[in-house]
This record gives sequence, C-alpha cells and structure tokens, in this order.
Amino acid sequence: MDWEVVIGLEVHAQLNTATKIFCGCPTAFGAEPNSHTCPVCLAMPGALPVLNAAAVDKAIALGLAIGAELNRHSIFARKNYFYPDLPKGYQISQYELPVVGKGTLTVQLADGVEKVVGVTRAHLEEDAGKSLHEAFIGQSGIDLNRAGTPLLEIVSEPDMRSPAEAVAYLKKLHALVRYLDICDGNMQEGSFRCDANVSLRRPGAAYGTRAEIKNLNSFRFLEKAIEYEIVRQRDILESGGQIVQETRLYDANRDETRSMRSKEEANDYRYFPDPDLLPLVLDESRIERIRDILPELPDAKRTRFMNQYALTAYDAGVLTAGRVLADYYEQVAADVDGKLAANWVMGDLLGALNKAGIEIDDCPASAEKLRLLVQRIADQTISGKIAKEIFEEIFYRGGEVDAIIDGRGLRQITDVAAIAAMGDAIVTANPQQAADFRAGKDKLLGFFVGQVMKASQGKANPDQVNAILLERLQKG
Amino acid sequence: MAFDHDTVRRTAHLARIALPQTEIPAVADQLERIMALVEELRAIDTKGVPTMAHPLDLDQPLRPDTVGNHDQREVLMASAPAAEHGLFLVPKVIE
Repeated sequence: MDWEVVIGLEVHAQLNTATKIFCGCPTAFGAEPNSHTCPVCLAMPGALPVLNAAAVDKAIALGLAIGAELNRHSIFARKNYFYPDLPKGYQISQYELPVVGKGTLTVQLADGVEKVVGVTRAHLEEDAGKSLHEAFIGQSGIDLNRAGTPLLEIVSEPDMRSPAEAVAYLKKLHALVRYLDICDGNMQEGSFRCDANVSLRRPGAAYGTRAEIKNLNSFRFLEKAIEYEIVRQRDILESGGQIVQETRLYDANRDETRSMRSKEEANDYRYFPDPDLLPLVLDESRIERIRDILPELPDAKRTRFMNQYALTAYDAGVLTAGRVLADYYEQVAADVDGKLAANWVMGDLLGALNKAGIEIDDCPASAEKLRLLVQRIADQTISGKIAKEIFEEIFYRGGEVDAIIDGRGLRQITDVAAIAAMGDAIVTANPQQAADFRAGKDKLLGFFVGQVMKASQGKANPDQVNAILLERLQKG
Repeated sequence: MAFDHDTVRRTAHLARIALPQTEIPAVADQLERIMALVEELRAIDTKGVPTMAHPLDLDQPLRPDTVGNHDQREVLMASAPAAEHGLFLVPKVIE
C-alpha cells in the first residue's frame, strides 16, 4: 500500500521597507556590524517599539493579493526563547490574532492542472540578528543589524501532496511578493526563507506526525529535502517505528536532513500579548488605498497575455512568472506578432540569459533592441537566421540592430531576379541532382535551397528561394 | 493545579533562573497560591466578552517609514561586557 506525503510550508518574507519594523534604523544589507542599531532593537531597558506603517501596508497588499480576510483588529505577542541574537529574550510576533487571515493561492502544475492551496494566515514579526561562531575562540560574535527587520510569515495549509506541488507553491508565492514589491525575494541573502512541514499517511487516514525542515534556501533544496524526508519517514514507518516530531536541518552538501533539536522543550514559547504594543487596527481607508495601488497580479496578467497576444497558457505562464520578464516581453511585442515575440523572448533571450547565468533584471540586450530586431524579421529586412547572428552580437558585444545590418550588409535579398540568377546557377552546376529531383527525389529540393542560401550568405529570403527553385526544377 | 517540584524546575529552566534546590519548596508554594488566583479568574464565564489585549482603549500609532537613526555603535556598545570588531561577544553558542 502506498504512502501519501502531506506538506505545508512556512515562508518568511523579509519586507523591503527602508526601516526596521519597530524603530527608525535602516534595513540595508551589508553594513558594518551593529551600525544599524538603536536602543529599541538592542533591547535597552525602557525603549519602546513603534510600528512601521509601511510594514503594515505591505502585509495588507499580500492579504489582498491572496483574497484573504484582513483582520481589522490584530495583536502583537511575545514569543519567548533565549538565544544571543535575540536581545530581548523574546521575539515580537503575532499569535492569536494575525493581521492576515485565511486566503488562497492558485498554482499551476507541470501537467497544466491548477491547484488551489490554502493559506492559513500571514503575520508580522521581527527578524533576529546574526551569530558568528567561527572568528572567536570560545565566544560567538553577535551582529544585530538584522534584528528588528520586518518579516511577514506566510503559513500554508497542509495542502500539498508532492515535492513538485510544494515547489510550484513556493515559486508562485515568490513571484507574487516580487510583483507586489513587498520583498526582494533574494533567497541566497535570506530575504525569502522557507521551512517545510512534512509527514506521511495512508491515503485517507489522519495526518501523521510531522517533521519540520529548516534551511531551505532554494527551490531545488526544497524539492530534494522533501524527497529525502519521504524516504526517511517511509523507512521508519515500514520497519514499525514512529516518527518523532522534531526540527530537522537540510544539509545541501550531503543532501540529507538531520535532527536539530527535539521540539518538546524548545517549543514552549509561552506567548502572551506584548504590553508595549497596542492592538493594530486597520481602517477601511487604509485597505482601500492599498487596493487602489495594487499592480496587475500574475494570474490576471497571464489571462490577459493569452487574450491580447494569442499565447498558449504555457507561454503566458512562463512570460508572467516574473514582473520584469513580463514587462520586457510586452515591450518586445509592442508592434510585432505576439507569438513571434514570445518565441524570441522565451527561446533566444532566456536561453542566452540561462547560459550566461544572469537574471533578466541585468539583461545586457534591452527590450527595445530585441523589439527592433523582431520587427526587422517581420518587415522582411532580415531572415530569422541572420537575426540570430545579430542577437548574439547585441547580447554579448552590444551595438545597434540597424547599424549591424547595414554595416555588414545583412539585408535580406528579396529581389526575384537576383534570387532566380543564383537558382539558375546552382541548378546548372548540379545536373545530376536536378535529374534525380525530376525523377521523383523530392527531398533534393532541400539540397538546392541550402546551396542557394549558402551562395547568398544566408541573405536570400528562404520562402522566395523555395518557390523559385521549385519552378525552375519542374520546368527542367 | 498541583505545582510539583519538577514543574518548578522546568519553569525555572525556561526562564533561565538558577533556582537553588533548597528554595524549590517555597517557590512551589508561592506559585501554587498564584495559580489559585488564576483558577478563580478562569471560573468566570467570559463567553461573548471580546479579548482585551491591552488595558488602554487606544489603537497602535504608526510610524512613517523614514530612517531616523544614525550609527551610534560606539555609544551603544560602551556598556557591553565584551565586544570586538564591532560585534558583541557572548559565550560560545552552537546548536
């Protein structure tokens, strides 16, 4: 009998505000240690937190985007635990009444099927600092620059049933926070972090005991860690053992998860309402103001791309996966065929970016240049084959499309007389092949077309070459 | 609620309080009396009464997202028991 895996994800998105959640210290990454601190985020006695309005607005934006209940009244609580990078001895978080309640996220799976994943809640909290263990003998160094950076913890329902579904959900959420411009999504720097709750059960049975896996800072690690965890738990269950509820750490180098600590004691956080903070009340005007400035969201953009540019669901999905790529595509498709533009953006451009290991944000070839290139194909100035050469040139070395076309004499030959002359010369030079073609070897047309294209250095219009050669050869 | 000695020890550990063995019976007794008061409060029917997270009838004021603090590391670190290269130093912690 099979096992069914049950997965829920907890995502910590660092909100891209200018200042920390409860004080006016900057949140910029990479500053001198402890230079972005003040009495509030260092937990000096008597210092009082004051909530950052931008953090609240960004939480509202996420709530609206996933169709969630926004709690008009929410409460900050203290989550108590001791660790040196948490100077107060508690983290300010939200417990019983989070700012964002139940919502949903629709994810697209590889087979084209859509799945609705429930979001249980999203709450505001503060990040902890960083501990550096290597540099000092017998001591740890503490940098509290990150302490107090606003986080939105987004908790899903245990709705996912495979590693692929979990990855699809995480990718969708990642795209969403970037569309909303509430988080930079940088997983390497830890601004978008994911923990996975994984358990196994017999289909239809009650949920099994789960393990929580931490340290999943890429989509690939999430997938691999869940795959590892499924095998580990299955082996335990099938040999008659029991799963221990615990926190496990994913080690990417060894591709395994291992126990961090037993939750039994560590989990006793003794939450209680923080007396330093009053209840957060959302009024309708604040919510409506955020609703008014929400950008077009991935699902809406995808549907619009399918209608406006006549794209398939798959193509529209790829092109709207990120806001920057979607904007790039729309610039390219501004006055050429949408499908042709999509082929160039998804094929040549994404291929070259992938090969060079760069993101669309840092693309060396501007959308305007690619638009012009595609337009030159559409208006028959150049062939698609020549366009690929020009694309390589502008992507790797720069330059202007028209200047390259003129400078190298790449204009397509569409003069019928010129192509006919080349065709005649090739037919005359290859009498045997011409005779074989007339005797029924139709495939030889390709040979002649190739010869003419070669003679024209790729500049002859292939459609015209085809038509002219066919006419010449049949006439014999 | 019975406050046995194990519960006292566990609570002290969670609060990181070094409680001498000899004081445990007295603390257990005090906690027992505090819990008796809590039990009394628990017995009150609060159905339909909204949760009160704060005694003041006020909303949380919000602060504009503009940087107001500048680097005062020297001053702020002056009271730290140990610091080096701009880092606070604490006894080694590794999970």
